[in-house]
Amino acid sequence: MILKRTSRWIDDRLGTSGFARSALNKVFPDHWSFMLGEIALYCFVILLLTGTFLTFFFDPSSRPIVYDGSYGPLHGATVSEAFNSTLRLSFDVRAGLLMRQIHHWAAIVFIAAVIVHLCRIFFTGAFRRPREINWMIGVGLLILAIFNGFTGYSLPDDLLSGTGLRIAYSIALSIPFIGTWIAFLIFGGEFPSHEIITRLFVVHVLLIPALIIGLLSAHLAILWRQKHTQFAGPGRTEHNVVGSRLWPTYAAKAAGLFCATLAVLSALGGLAQINPVWLYGPFEPSAVTSPAQPDWFLGWVEGALRLFPPWEFTIAGHLVPNPFFPAVLLPGVTFGLLLLWPFVERFFTKDDEQHELLDRPRDRPLRTGVGAGVLAFYSVLFFAASNDYLAKVLDVPVAVITNVFRVAVFALPVLVGWLVYRLMKGLSTSGASNLLHVPASAFRRR
Amino acid sequence: MKPGRSIGPAFGVSALASLALTIVYLNGGQPQAEGALLAVALGGIAYGLVVWAKELMPGGHAVQERHEHASSDAERDALDEDAERSLEEIQRRTFLGRMLTAAVGALGLAALFPIRSFGSSPGSALFHTAWTPGARVVDDRGVAVRADDLLIGGAVTVFPEGNVGSADAQAILIKVGEGEIQPLPGREEWTPSANVAYSKICTHAGCPVGLYEQDRRQLLCPCHQSVFDVLRAAAPTAGPAARPLPQLPLEEDEEGYLVARGDFSEPVGPGFWNEP
Repeated sequence: MILKRTSRWIDDRLGTSGFARSALNKVFPDHWSFMLGEIALYCFVILLLTGTFLTFFFDPSSRPIVYDGSYGPLHGATVSEAFNSTLRLSFDVRAGLLMRQIHHWAAIVFIAAVIVHLCRIFFTGAFRRPREINWMIGVGLLILAIFNGFTGYSLPDDLLSGTGLRIAYSIALSIPFIGTWIAFLIFGGEFPSHEIITRLFVVHVLLIPALIIGLLSAHLAILWRQKHTQFAGPGRTEHNVVGSRLWPTYAAKAAGLFCATLAVLSALGGLAQINPVWLYGPFEPSAVTSPAQPDWFLGWVEGALRLFPPWEFTIAGHLVPNPFFPAVLLPGVTFGLLLLWPFVERFFTKDDEQHELLDRPRDRPLRTGVGAGVLAFYSVLFFAASNDYLAKVLDVPVAVITNVFRVAVFALPVLVGWLVYRLMKGLSTSGASNLLHVPASAFRRR
Repeated sequence: MKPGRSIGPAFGVSALASLALTIVYLNGGQPQAEGALLAVALGGIAYGLVVWAKELMPGGHAVQERHEHASSDAERDALDEDAERSLEEIQRRTFLGRMLTAAVGALGLAALFPIRSFGSSPGSALFHTAWTPGARVVDDRGVAVRADDLLIGGAVTVFPEGNVGSADAQAILIKVGEGEIQPLPGREEWTPSANVAYSKICTHAGCPVGLYEQDRRQLLCPCHQSVFDVLRAAAPTAGPAARPLPQLPLEEDEEGYLVARGDFSEPVGPGFWNEP
């Protein structure tokens, strides 16, 4: 009754009833792989909620202070206000550690969900016309998410993240022509500066989240306007969408998935320790932890830094330092190609048709093979970021491990790509495609 | 089991978990219990909602027709016409158009200036450190180091006196056996009593080169595993580093303390565009 009167009141002023009805009746496909992007979205919401809580206690300042909180082993140590407030919110604020750990886990799952979602879009050809714009926005979101992950774990000003910032500064320095200026402008002078934590904080809690919200809104609005793609199947054509309506079925499932995502993150945040900065200690320029690795989503850059041979080049009396190639050029090419992939594929296939029905990976053996090879390449780089750890576990010299990885980073992608290509070729010509000819009644459940 | 029978109990379990969570929180909180109870509370709702949607709500067979993505030809043409007409009117004012372009361009350029305020000019900051001729070598507590303080195989992080903790002046002082060092030409006098000092900042990506492997006389960077030969002017022997660690020229003063002859042999740390 109240609902009806409110709805009338709003409609009198905004004329929303028509839109509301069509929105509630909007049809969403039911395939499980369509939930991956949703998980990413929910992680982002959880990041905003837990992050807001954290900002109430975190003090992004390099000002030195003598620690006297409830974590005994660091009593009397001179630490930065940023490190001090991180410890305070971990040990002295009720539910603070849970919030902090859920926040960190959510960031990790967020980027993982974005990447798996991207893989789904890639391997099913959902990026093809008319969805190229949303593909590019999605790649932009991935880049922003990775940047914000890095700025986030750099905030506590602990020894591990300080080392990461040191490397980031060196990477900025390595850019030809303008590297020194870029490094000095970002860091506010020579490393380590007193400005950087404060700046990272503003970038982390305001600048990048605002950009993400902007792009995310566009991503969802375009999705809404263009409607979902769907897999081929009985009754599904290029001209319709088959699935469940937004209200009530899809809304209930979506709310359930949100709760499930937060449930998993709560369990992780409560039971699985992450980034125990008190064990690393405060940042000191002349100290370092070992082994030192970044969060997982930067593992590929770290691996590339470790594998790239000791080459530097001099151009007209100027130095192009080593980190430029693995840490500036490689990510640049990676995201450049990713961004332009719909047009790259279009160039080779000459396929400019509208596509509302998805490919199965086996329908496009070449694309699937290329995608698998590329994933293998970045996986090798990711594991190469643990070459010191592997050397210790396997009791083999690091140099040997590194050389094995240097071969594997080229050999494995070719091998995996070729194998997957053959496999997809085989599947596509086997009788498995007859699945499509099963009568529609066989798909009915219940 | 009848469809939907498990939904009510799931919501019930969730409510109980939330109640327990409240009790835990009121009693001072406990991270593991908080996380586990929150997971059960949310998991119960998630389970209930999903089963409700799957078993009791209509789904799977709703069909919606797609619309054309593009606008109709008539709409497109109408927009084109409008745009052309207004553009013609604007283009007739050539002079005003150019002046507007100039004004907006100049404003855009002026808007870039605040970026310059972000940081100091690099200037010569990357080319020198706090080491000056005669600066005493001190450890991380500020205690001056004598030429005979270290035993063979010993290594210690050192700074110029008065600059303990300095990020770019940090050096690693190592004592090796007499006569082991194979100095570069011109550096024969830089290692009094077989004390040799190198910049502690890796020339690859700037991590502190903190691991000294005494038996192999090599320095190892824990970040990317670059290896430097302590006996041969810290030349890189493995890993991604391409340049040796800059060497700190040392001498022994009259009282037996180690002092610097001057700054490092090259700019310290990772490479940059103007590096000589």
